[in-house]
Amino acid sequence: MIPVEYFFVLSGLLFFIGVFGFVTRRNLVAMLISVELVLNSVDLNFAAFNRMLYPDGFEGMFFTIFSIGVSAAESAVALAIIINVYRHLHSDQVNSIENMKL
Amino acid sequence: MNYSDFFQMIPEASLVAILIILFVADFVSANTEERKWFNPLACVLMLVNTIVCLLPMEAVTAFGGMYVTSTAVNVMKAILSLGTFIVVLQSRVWAAKSGKEGEFYMLIVSTLLGMNMMMSAGNFLMFFLGLEMASVPMACAIAFDKYRNNSAEAAAKFIITATFSSGVMLYGISFIYAAYGTMYFSDIAASLQATPLTVMGLVFFFSGLGFKISLVPFHFWTADTYQGAPTTVTGYLSVISKGAAAFTLLSILFHVFGGMIAYWHVLMMIVIALSITIANLFAIRQSELKRFMAFSSISQAGYIMLATLGNDWNTSIASLSYYVLIYVVANMAVFTIISVVEQNNGGKTEISDYDGFYKTNPRLSFLMTLAMFSLGGIPPFAGMFSKFFVFMAGVKGADITTTEGAWIYGILFVALINTVISLYYYLQIVKAMYINHSDNPMPTFKSDCNTKFALAICTTGIVLFGVCSFVYEWIAAAV
Repeated sequence: MIPVEYFFVLSGLLFFIGVFGFVTRRNLVAMLISVELVLNSVDLNFAAFNRMLYPDGFEGMFFTIFSIGVSAAESAVALAIIINVYRHLHSDQVNSIENMKL
Repeated sequence: MNYSDFFQMIPEASLVAILIILFVADFVSANTEERKWFNPLACVLMLVNTIVCLLPMEAVTAFGGMYVTSTAVNVMKAILSLGTFIVVLQSRVWAAKSGKEGEFYMLIVSTLLGMNMMMSAGNFLMFFLGLEMASVPMACAIAFDKYRNNSAEAAAKFIITATFSSGVMLYGISFIYAAYGTMYFSDIAASLQATPLTVMGLVFFFSGLGFKISLVPFHFWTADTYQGAPTTVTGYLSVISKGAAAFTLLSILFHVFGGMIAYWHVLMMIVIALSITIANLFAIRQSELKRFMAFSSISQAGYIMLATLGNDWNTSIASLSYYVLIYVVANMAVFTIISVVEQNNGGKTEISDYDGFYKTNPRLSFLMTLAMFSLGGIPPFAGMFSKFFVFMAGVKGADITTTEGAWIYGILFVALINTVISLYYYLQIVKAMYINHSDNPMPTFKSDCNTKFALAICTTGIVLFGVCSFVYEWIAAAV
């Protein structure tokens, strides 16, 4: 069986790739995709910990399912808002949404 | 599953009923032109909800410990419901003009429902669902002015940071799950040990909630979102959403991570000192009133979180709830005035627009002054008492002879100095209204009766909640 540490390393990598993408990407959709990577790493964590460390219950699995559902709802709203931004500014770059500054 | 558990969730059941009534009313009257009754209906429903929340309720545990309430939670629900009532009350003109009244009230009520769920969660899953139930409709409400650039921009910034922060928070929760194999608050608290895994989990979890309360290292979305969102929504976001998140953070820190108090005390001290100081320094240089209020709300969040520095749950939670109550009335007064000025003068929100405001609108500028005095903490008003109580809760149990106690006193001293700085910038608004001369001040206007009523409630709160000691005693007795 694959040891739990491997899952931990994989999810840690995914998480930080997501964070890196969120910080460096200048495109709203790409930032959203990076956030999805972060959420996927969380799902992987929960599923792996449930299966490997606490196989008696299903709490981790349930959390994964709920988290996938909620993140889908959130992305739907976020995409709708990004489309609205695009209609206003004809751009989805972060640089273009800085009407409001100090 | 026992379906009778649903009947124990009285505040939530009442909110769901309100949602259904609003939905049906909106659906039935969708094609009618005149809908003057819609806002009064929403106001009455929210008032009923507030009264329902004020009824004495017992602490219940439902759904196998997923849903847990205490009397403290019920008090907080009543306070937030009162705040939402004021928001609904003052939003009449703006919402009617937008042509989508029904949607707006439904979004606001479902946000409140999510916050109630979050506050009475007994499990991390329930907590997460409540948090998302609050933040997704909130993003829709921020994007409500569909045809205004700034609104879309603000909503994009809000939703992207909100999803990111909940991702980080979930990562922290997964560590805690790895360490204890359970997500029930009580079970985790029973076997809590300060292992490196738990400490990592705590830090990640804290940063997620820090985003919601907009404490300093996580505050970058606040200014833009507050400025761009419709003024009514900004008011809602700054008091209700912040109050609920602060309450939840305090109760999770005490009830789940209570055994690691030495760890999160350090965390809180750093974050509080940064929030109060940096937000104050930024607030001084703002020229846009809503943006200014955003920085003011970050520093107020720092003051709210001072309550976590104490080690006594009862005084901490009582002072936090009291602070939120006073903050609701004072901040809602300010935002109601900003909103009514904006509506009557073609969207003016610069501070310099308020030059000479006293000459043309003496009553509104007087109320604004009262609210600013209360936010700044000048003695006869409620703001001073609320600050006093959080300071008192912060030093509870702190011994100045120990290192940690000395640090707590140090942080309180920093907060005290910052109160003086905050007086400077709150009084700048007052100065603009009373002293600055303007060649063409805003014309005199009459506000509608709903706004007057909302302002009357807020002013009564500002003046009386501090002097009448029974308000604090009622909260302190309930927790």
